[in-house]
Amino acid sequence: MATKEKSLAHEEPVTPAPEHHHATNTGLSNEKLAMWAFLGSECLLFGALISTYFLYRGRSVSGPTPEDVYDIPYTSVSSFVLLMSSLTMVLALAAIQRGDYRRLRIWLLATALLGASFIAGQVYEFTSFIREGLTIKTNLFGSSFFVLTGFHGVHVTLGIVMLLSLWNLSLRGSLTQDRSEVVEIAGLYWHFVDVVWIVIFTVVYLVK
Amino acid sequence: MTTVLEPPTPDVLATTPVEDAGLMRRPTEPQGVWSWITTVDHKRIGILYGVTAFIFFLAGGIEALLLRLQLAKPNGTVLGAEAYNEVFTMHGTTMVFLVVMPLSAAFFNYMMPLQIGARDVAFPRLNAFSYWAFLFGGLFLYSSFLLGGAPDGGWFGYAPNTSIVFSPGHGIDFWVYGLQILGIASTVSAVNFIVTMLNMRAPGMTLMRMPIFSWMTLISSFLILFAMPVITVALFLLSFDRNFGANFFNPAAGGDPVLWQHLFWIFGHPEVYILILPAMGMVSEVLPVFSRKPLFGYPVMVFSGIAIGFMGWGVWVHHMFAVGLGPVAVSAFSLSTMFIAVPTGVKIFNWIATTWKGSLKLTTPMLFAMGFIAMFTIGGLSGVTHAVSPHDRQQTDTYYVVAHFHYVLFGGALFGIMAGIYYWWPKVFGTMLDERLGKLNFWTWFVGFNLAFGPMHLLGLQGMPRRIYTYDESLGLDFWNMVSTVGAFTIAFSVLVFMYNIWRSHKRKVKAPADPWDARTLEWSIPSPPPHYNFAEIPTVHALDEFWHRKYTEDDDGRPVRVADPQGGEGGDDDPDHDDEHHDDEGHGIHMPSPSYYPLVAAFGLPVMAYGMVYGRSSGQSYVVVVLGAVILLAGLFAWAMEPSAEPEEHDHEMIEAHSGEEPVLVAAGGPAALEDGGQESGEKGGQPAGGASEDPTDGGGGGPAPEGSGP
Amino acid sequence: MARAGRLRVLWTTAAAGLLLVACGNQELPQNTLDPEGPVARKLDNLIDPVFVVAGLVFVLVQGLVLYSALRFRRRSDDEAPRQVHGNAKLELGWTVAPALILLVVSVATVGTIADINRRAEGADVVNVNVIGHQWWWEFEYPGRGVVTANELHIPAGRPVALKLTSEDVIHSFWPPKLAGKLDVIPGRENFMTVEADEPGTYFGQCAEFCGLSHADMGLRVVAHTSGDFDEWVRTNAAPAERPNEGEAGEGAALFRQKGCASCHTVNGYSAGELGPDLTHLQQRKVFAGAAFELNEQNLRVWLRDPPEEKPGSLMPNLELSEDEITKLIAYLETLK
Repeated sequence: MATKEKSLAHEEPVTPAPEHHHATNTGLSNEKLAMWAFLGSECLLFGALISTYFLYRGRSVSGPTPEDVYDIPYTSVSSFVLLMSSLTMVLALAAIQRGDYRRLRIWLLATALLGASFIAGQVYEFTSFIREGLTIKTNLFGSSFFVLTGFHGVHVTLGIVMLLSLWNLSLRGSLTQDRSEVVEIAGLYWHFVDVVWIVIFTVVYLVK
Repeated sequence: MTTVLEPPTPDVLATTPVEDAGLMRRPTEPQGVWSWITTVDHKRIGILYGVTAFIFFLAGGIEALLLRLQLAKPNGTVLGAEAYNEVFTMHGTTMVFLVVMPLSAAFFNYMMPLQIGARDVAFPRLNAFSYWAFLFGGLFLYSSFLLGGAPDGGWFGYAPNTSIVFSPGHGIDFWVYGLQILGIASTVSAVNFIVTMLNMRAPGMTLMRMPIFSWMTLISSFLILFAMPVITVALFLLSFDRNFGANFFNPAAGGDPVLWQHLFWIFGHPEVYILILPAMGMVSEVLPVFSRKPLFGYPVMVFSGIAIGFMGWGVWVHHMFAVGLGPVAVSAFSLSTMFIAVPTGVKIFNWIATTWKGSLKLTTPMLFAMGFIAMFTIGGLSGVTHAVSPHDRQQTDTYYVVAHFHYVLFGGALFGIMAGIYYWWPKVFGTMLDERLGKLNFWTWFVGFNLAFGPMHLLGLQGMPRRIYTYDESLGLDFWNMVSTVGAFTIAFSVLVFMYNIWRSHKRKVKAPADPWDARTLEWSIPSPPPHYNFAEIPTVHALDEFWHRKYTEDDDGRPVRVADPQGGEGGDDDPDHDDEHHDDEGHGIHMPSPSYYPLVAAFGLPVMAYGMVYGRSSGQSYVVVVLGAVILLAGLFAWAMEPSAEPEEHDHEMIEAHSGEEPVLVAAGGPAALEDGGQESGEKGGQPAGGASEDPTDGGGGGPAPEGSGP
Repeated sequence: MARAGRLRVLWTTAAAGLLLVACGNQELPQNTLDPEGPVARKLDNLIDPVFVVAGLVFVLVQGLVLYSALRFRRRSDDEAPRQVHGNAKLELGWTVAPALILLVVSVATVGTIADINRRAEGADVVNVNVIGHQWWWEFEYPGRGVVTANELHIPAGRPVALKLTSEDVIHSFWPPKLAGKLDVIPGRENFMTVEADEPGTYFGQCAEFCGLSHADMGLRVVAHTSGDFDEWVRTNAAPAERPNEGEAGEGAALFRQKGCASCHTVNGYSAGELGPDLTHLQQRKVFAGAAFELNEQNLRVWLRDPPEEKPGSLMPNLELSEDEITKLIAYLETLK
């Protein structure tokens, strides 16, 4: 599966290599290393946000309180949906590594859709909280809840944009097996966002 | 906002192959203004950083002079309370974010790739984006002076003084969003430098053969990477309070202003090391060269740097000893603060040992470097007295602290940076700075500095608090304040000498040879100034201080003996003209990344969004401007991702495009031979994806996958 | 010989001068190196030996740098110094030695931390609530019925337990000769002890940047003998008598008409809460965050345009005529 770019660059036929790297000092490609570094930075971002939420637990001087508004079963389902999207993401990566572009697109789309249903669920949750009288202005709980989960939601949304772009590239035939690393890098981000959600779900919703 | 704008998107999405020709051809001008605006060359970006930061330095310096004029006498009338508060806020913010950090970034950009034997950084366009974001962030911050008043909450912006109740104007908004933009700029460049250093060192350059300045760059970059998101969060919380009525720092709703202090100083203390480590690196380069001796205890210097980097995260509460956090927290942080002095002290003694029994040539860079040791020591010692936290209750928020951190950041960081400027000037501009003017520069700088900040120790202990726009004569503080003001103007004179020296060197054009100082590291092995491709042939490294070892061997007594026929470098030895002649020749066929408009376009979206946020607070419609800014940013990123590389058909063996067909990646490891031979990107090895984690820094990463000259 | 003698005189004069500047009593009312109470003295006793050690290290390092610069200066371009790459023993030495010194310092430090964090207790302890405002201090004496501003009156030789809270932003309470500073934070309560050895007036000021007039937020601590303090409390706990006639009487009426009463409490006459309690204004020597001495002239200037005198002052310019000001001052002068 030699792209035009490659055949231009090299006279010899290119042997397909599922994991294809530049000779870098670490063995990781620059792009992947950059993603790891970026995710390291993101850990501190979410760490600070989660700590803020945690420090402010129970300090609100007025309601509603978490107990008033949380619908744990509902959020558990949407958390499960997001978790499942990590699975489909893995399947997407496996597909492109096999060179199975049809399945790649299916799984990319599935991942994006699962992510989108999570976001839809979050939007619904936000609106129902607001209906119950909890906004960012109401109390400390409102401020820290909306900012923390909102930040996570924005991350998921960016991930969806990323996935749809990959899907689109694949449709146009430019996302090929030898560039599977692009999917892998997007996957790193996606899994990271999922893991962060597990922490948020535990800290924000489950810990009493 | 960081999250929205962070870098991975473009790179991950940068997947369109070449045939998808982008919106327009990439710019190609080699000269002129446009070539600078569109440049992605790390050297040019380094110069841009340096020049911009120097201009901000002049601004911050003028602010300092205003402050000193106001305080020269009791009950001064030069500035009112409001102006004074704005000026000291901007002075601090400028010097930290717009001067010392970008000056260090200038050296990271210019020198680090040369030191590690690379042709550029890992993501050249992202690098340009960082610069433009920094520039726009700085201009945005300064535009507040014209738009109704600069921020006046101090560079530390303590809540709740920064809330809308107590600061209803837009000044604080400018500060918040200005810092957000600058945070994006530094985070992006930190990622870029980290990847460059971990991945693109020349073959044979293990981490423990990496020049010490590059090491400090690496540690600094990690600190930036992890510290910036914390202040990003703090600023977001504050802006949600201000823009959307959240309660994070509203005591009436149960919010705790002390949370701001924790977040700010968890960022703020590593920030101090972000400011000082690069200067330590520069000094560690200068001292050995002008002592004709290797750096004493290189591994210890590296590990003490790492130790400082780690311990720097565990001392932030020493900024808060007067907050009333209780004896346990205060004791713990007193101890950690004291013991961070240990690795710092090790560095000081190692520097002295480097000069010990050396052959010291007291050139201007060497004078600044030795001045650094002397002055930074004073800052370190007063730092230890802060760690004695009961007495810190007397010191904190007084001029004693002002004296302390100026001895660290001026006596330390700026002395180091001046050493770096005088040391690397010939390399960067190909001309020599005048030594006599340089010495005048140093001595006026040194005397002025001590006159300006030495007395502040006394003033603080005599009970002069910080951040006061006026003081009464009954406090008995007038004499030393006047001395301090005289010192400040002496420094100003010194800066004028420095500028005159630069102007003169451009007039006279005393050509600099490739290696004017008989230096030790790879950047001196290539011509001055370096060709745009840096190394005609990627060097293979066999030792720490590689370039020195090409010039010298050691006799039995351990003394250096000049190698008869030095394998020198590409720079020739002392004949700069000669270099000029074969530039074009040599460089032919080396394909460097093409210039691009889009980093500038994308970065321009940031201040637009920021203006929208600032004015959105007073009129909701302004949030439309935020959307506009986001569209500019995204359009810029999109065009960036789709941008074709110039002349795709003209492939060559020196440079390899990334799989993405996009961000051009230079293969640092493995010379041309390996590439020609391997045909395809020496694709063979590629360590397994290995689940990710970055490599163990102690492991000589370079050894592994680097094809050791497997040429024909 | 004569020259050496002159030099010695010069040196000793300079040293004495420096010492005077550093520790002089009268000229430096906020000098931290000249404690006048047991709390501040503990801090000073802790830091003095640290300064000495730091001074020794300073001399050592500067000496080494200077020596190196002079002794090892390059004299010929052929010099080929031995290439020493390091010395594990030496490096270990200068890692361990500072660590040991710091260990000693840290033991002393931790001891003092525990000491100064102990809250003053006992029958003779005076309790005062300190409330920070932009930009003045309020002092309440719980159980004694006294509220005053900017001047903290205490009995000398007895520990005074302060509870610090803030009405607005973060301030920091700092009477340098009596104690180190402690932040005054909205939504938090902080506790500190001050004590003066002798009766006298001690200077202090807000040490945390608190907005526009941070510089004008001074304070005084006035220590009395025990008997005088009780007398002071008695005087200040009594309500003010309202003058009914003359300029003072008209001033009292103006005090209500012009809205002064809505911000200032005069016990027995008004109950405003935003500004300082004025019931016994004349008991104080300073006003407006200890920025001004209390006298007729200063009050007049102040009443003409407070924000002009103290930037950002919450007390607005009331557009008073000179006549009204005269009457108001006459009234204020009755608040003894």
